[in-house]
Amino acid sequence: MKDKKANFKRLPLLEAIILGFLVVAPLFLSDFYTVILTRMLILCLLAISFELCWGYSGIMTFGQGLFFGMAGYAVALLANKVGFVQIWGVIPIGIFVGTIVSFLLAWLLLLGKKAPEIIFVALGTLTFSYAAERLVSGWYYVGGGNGLSIFEFLSFGSYEIEPGVLFYYIAGIALLVSYLLSRYLVRSQLGLVLAAMRQDEKRLLFLGYRVRGFKALVFTFAGAVAGLGGALYAHHEGFIGPNNMGIGISTMAVLYTLFGGVGSLIGPLIGVFALETISFTLSGVDAFKSFWPVILGAILLVVVTFKPDGLTGFIVSRRERIGTFGRIDKKEKNGRKETKD
Amino acid sequence: MTILAIENIGKQFGSLKALDGIDINVEKNTFHGLIGPNGSGKSTLLKALAGDHFADQGTITFDGIDITHQPPEYRASIGLNFKFQITAIFPELSVYDNILLSVQSTASIWELIRSRSRASLNDKILETLEQFQLLDKAESLAGELSHGQQQWLEISMSVIRKPKLLLLDEPTGGMSPEERRATGELLLPIRKETTLVIVEHDLEWIKDICDNLTVLDQGKVLDSGTVDKIEKSNKVKEVYTTRV
Repeated sequence: MKDKKANFKRLPLLEAIILGFLVVAPLFLSDFYTVILTRMLILCLLAISFELCWGYSGIMTFGQGLFFGMAGYAVALLANKVGFVQIWGVIPIGIFVGTIVSFLLAWLLLLGKKAPEIIFVALGTLTFSYAAERLVSGWYYVGGGNGLSIFEFLSFGSYEIEPGVLFYYIAGIALLVSYLLSRYLVRSQLGLVLAAMRQDEKRLLFLGYRVRGFKALVFTFAGAVAGLGGALYAHHEGFIGPNNMGIGISTMAVLYTLFGGVGSLIGPLIGVFALETISFTLSGVDAFKSFWPVILGAILLVVVTFKPDGLTGFIVSRRERIGTFGRIDKKEKNGRKETKD
Repeated sequence: MTILAIENIGKQFGSLKALDGIDINVEKNTFHGLIGPNGSGKSTLLKALAGDHFADQGTITFDGIDITHQPPEYRASIGLNFKFQITAIFPELSVYDNILLSVQSTASIWELIRSRSRASLNDKILETLEQFQLLDKAESLAGELSHGQQQWLEISMSVIRKPKLLLLDEPTGGMSPEERRATGELLLPIRKETTLVIVEHDLEWIKDICDNLTVLDQGKVLDSGTVDKIEKSNKVKEVYTTRV
């Protein structure tokens, strides 16, 4: 079980490299690629939201797309029906919708009398995602199968924020704040409870923890992060449709995380950048145009089968990803050892 | 003073009556052993006390509260702790974090998010690690400890919480004689604050450590009383000489 990689602080280094790259990227990318990268930053919010549920709390969910899409539809409806596109309102509304919908789902699926099985929650969230996708597909008021287009740009007062460098940094700040908040949470004493919950939920009950409450809390927080992503996505793309809230996008959240690596917050980000870059590149090559999803599927299968830790597993050890939570007072410890000797 | 009153407890699995009308009173600040041949119902009874499963009949009263159908997290929150027969630690967490996890369980979610108690619990955790000879292993993964050390870690996770009642299911299982002796010594000081109910196969060990014993056989109480009384009991001798 001993791992040489555990002695190195690779995780903060990896985080710093990715942050540094993202800060300077628009300086050397064209507007076209900046827009593509902005979309990836927004999808990172979706991936982080899944990682908080599965990687940190052991909740297998196919509902993240639902929170993402519901928030997207909410801001798109506000833009279309009321003409409200102010960023100071759009972002809180996205977070609010994600929080409320995920809390309701948590209440239904996680807060029952008995601790729910993984499969129950997975199928429950899957059902809700599918039902919501079908509902909006057939509901004329929200655009039916065509979805809703947003014709006005996101604004701050009278200043329009078009997709481009400014939108990139806004999405980047939203991601950074969500990442740091999530990181704080999973490294706190609450994070220790989550780390234990993944390993042995039953044992945790016997220590007196109300496991279902912790799960509902993380699920709701993750829903808020997905909601933030959905609101930004709808305005960045100028569109939200049934495909952005159903099983497809929920499954993508799972794949981003599995590909990038479960057990760290940086893994899902790497998964998004890697999978989206591969998809974008393959779909642009004439020779692969008709069957690039098959190649993508094969790559995914190989990584998930032969490297269950995902791409991050090549760099960061499992030990480092789990981390330590107690801050041992070394002086005190050594003092005790000397006294004993 | 009785801290645990077990009245007419029954538990059935299919056609098997695992517990059949068990009555036991456990006095506060005593060590009470549960012994009996394999399949006598010792572990089933302990699990019913811990909330791992619920009794089909009868009542369990702990410290004046009826806990018969309360979930394990509630029982733990009012001071009833359970150590599993198969070591149940968190192998991918450090030894220190295992104990931190146990001792911080009374904190509210908000306190946990703010990590308020992390620093203040340090002394208490180190003291417990020292008491259970695990100080040198504080930063090791719990899964890297020897079997005996894992058992001590699990016991220390309960002891640090100063429970009113601690249920130990075969705490010396798989230990060397030296480790068994050390385990007995580690448990003795907790008598001041904790009542102990122990299920154990090693009769010599349990006789040395316990004040009272209850002997179970085929889901029923065969005899109960002080260690001296049980040692002289003809009924118990008969079971142990003919069936063990």
